[in-house]
Amino acid sequence: MTEVTMPEKSRAVPFRGGGFRPRPVRFVGLGVFVVLIALVEWGTRAGWISALTLPRPSDVLATFGELYRSGALWEHLSVSLVRLSVGSAIGVSAGVGIGILIGLFSLIRAGLVPLVAALFPIPKIALLPLFVIWFGIDEGSKYALIALGTFTPTVVATYGAVDNVDRTLIRMGQSFGLSWLSIVRKIVLPGAMPGILSGLRISLAIGIILLVAAEMLGATHGVGSYILQAGSLYDLERLFAGVTILSVLGVTVSGLIGLVEKRVLNWRA
Amino acid sequence: MYLSLRGLSHSYGTTEVLSDISLTVPSGQIVCLVGPSGCGKSTLLRMVGGLERPDRGEVLQVGAPPEGCLNPLTFVFQDFALLPWRTVEGNIRVVLEDHRIRRERAKEIVADVLARTRLTDFARALPRQLSGGMKQRVAIARALAVNPAVMLMDEPLSALDAQTRELLMDDLVSLWSREPFTALYVTHNLSEAVRLGHQVVVLSRRPGRIREIVQIDTPLAERGLGNPELERHQKHLWEVMRDEARAADEELLDD
Repeated sequence: MTEVTMPEKSRAVPFRGGGFRPRPVRFVGLGVFVVLIALVEWGTRAGWISALTLPRPSDVLATFGELYRSGALWEHLSVSLVRLSVGSAIGVSAGVGIGILIGLFSLIRAGLVPLVAALFPIPKIALLPLFVIWFGIDEGSKYALIALGTFTPTVVATYGAVDNVDRTLIRMGQSFGLSWLSIVRKIVLPGAMPGILSGLRISLAIGIILLVAAEMLGATHGVGSYILQAGSLYDLERLFAGVTILSVLGVTVSGLIGLVEKRVLNWRA
Repeated sequence: MYLSLRGLSHSYGTTEVLSDISLTVPSGQIVCLVGPSGCGKSTLLRMVGGLERPDRGEVLQVGAPPEGCLNPLTFVFQDFALLPWRTVEGNIRVVLEDHRIRRERAKEIVADVLARTRLTDFARALPRQLSGGMKQRVAIARALAVNPAVMLMDEPLSALDAQTRELLMDDLVSLWSREPFTALYVTHNLSEAVRLGHQVVVLSRRPGRIREIVQIDTPLAERGLGNPELERHQKHLWEVMRDEARAADEELLDD
């Protein structure tokens, strides 16, 4: 190419695009955890964080190790996991079922949407005494609490997801003479799956919150009662060990849903 | 089998969109329906396919559908309407599954329509991996799989770019030449209409009435680019439509 002489003074066009596009950055999340914990460890050791404000992370870890060795960890965790899985299994399956019915039938929608809207904002913990009378002080009331707590967000997410299924796909199914059941099974359900799964994330997080709440009222075992005991004794190491278990539980549940999404929604880019 | 539309009229609320449409779609021919936007041509097609109910008039299927026909009136949609969670193969199988067809027979049908639309190599691809033209070929393959008596094509090439449109028109012509099918083909593109239509039906703007029916006798296979006969037809169609199209363009949308 021949060099072109510029008659006027020239300058390069400045770049002004880019940004506004999140990209995955690895290990930064882990790094934030490590830095925070290291900071607290240093502070508690150096003395500018008093032992009454925050426990020393290494002590929490030691407490955790002891909990693990004594077998108490598994004792508490297993009870909690059973409660969480039974309760949320009931709530989520009822929620998905009713959400689909609301999405498909106008009459059911007209009847149940206001009811769900009325149930949603009630703090479910407030109903625990009622559930204790209805279902007994032991497991029944805890299952009911977790089930109701996971039910409402699942219903709302599910019928929203069904509403959002591409109508042209349904019209396609009808135009090829597919049966009603086939349209629901092969078009509506897979089309609603992304919305249902993202609703599940929220539902299960609420489930964990309610699990702890239920275990704080009338339970001798479970992560919630462990935290409550530690809290009432101002045993901050044990309190934090309990809270850590909950965080790990939350991350695990979210990770599991992520795995399911990867498998079920592999058709998405 | 052929289709006979008799006195179809339809209104949405107080706006009349179609008025007294009578038309015959003869067997083995492609009838193109053109008209300005908003003239109700897509509504008309949906009525013909039984997806919408006309206020007055009826659509008759005259005679028996061909042997092995699973779905006499079969649509090809503008936006392809492929299930994104199914592969190319699966998208075709879904319209066969409700018909109690033996597994081997279904496999044969799928293989046959994929071969006819030159998609055999892409049987396991997902829709998101395909270009627009390929997606519409999958939709055409799916329509062929049920061996329709009449194909109802709702602006099938309008979502595609100009080059892809040319390629797909060639594909449709060669499909028809090998095995003539019956189609009612809605489009707003006059060059498509004169390339593919044995008859071109011009609708007026709202309420849609039949303005004119143009018969084009040139065989489909001879309708290459720049054919003077077609140019003449296209020019004539445009003259019929121009004022309607301008008036339709200047209408306020108030519904």
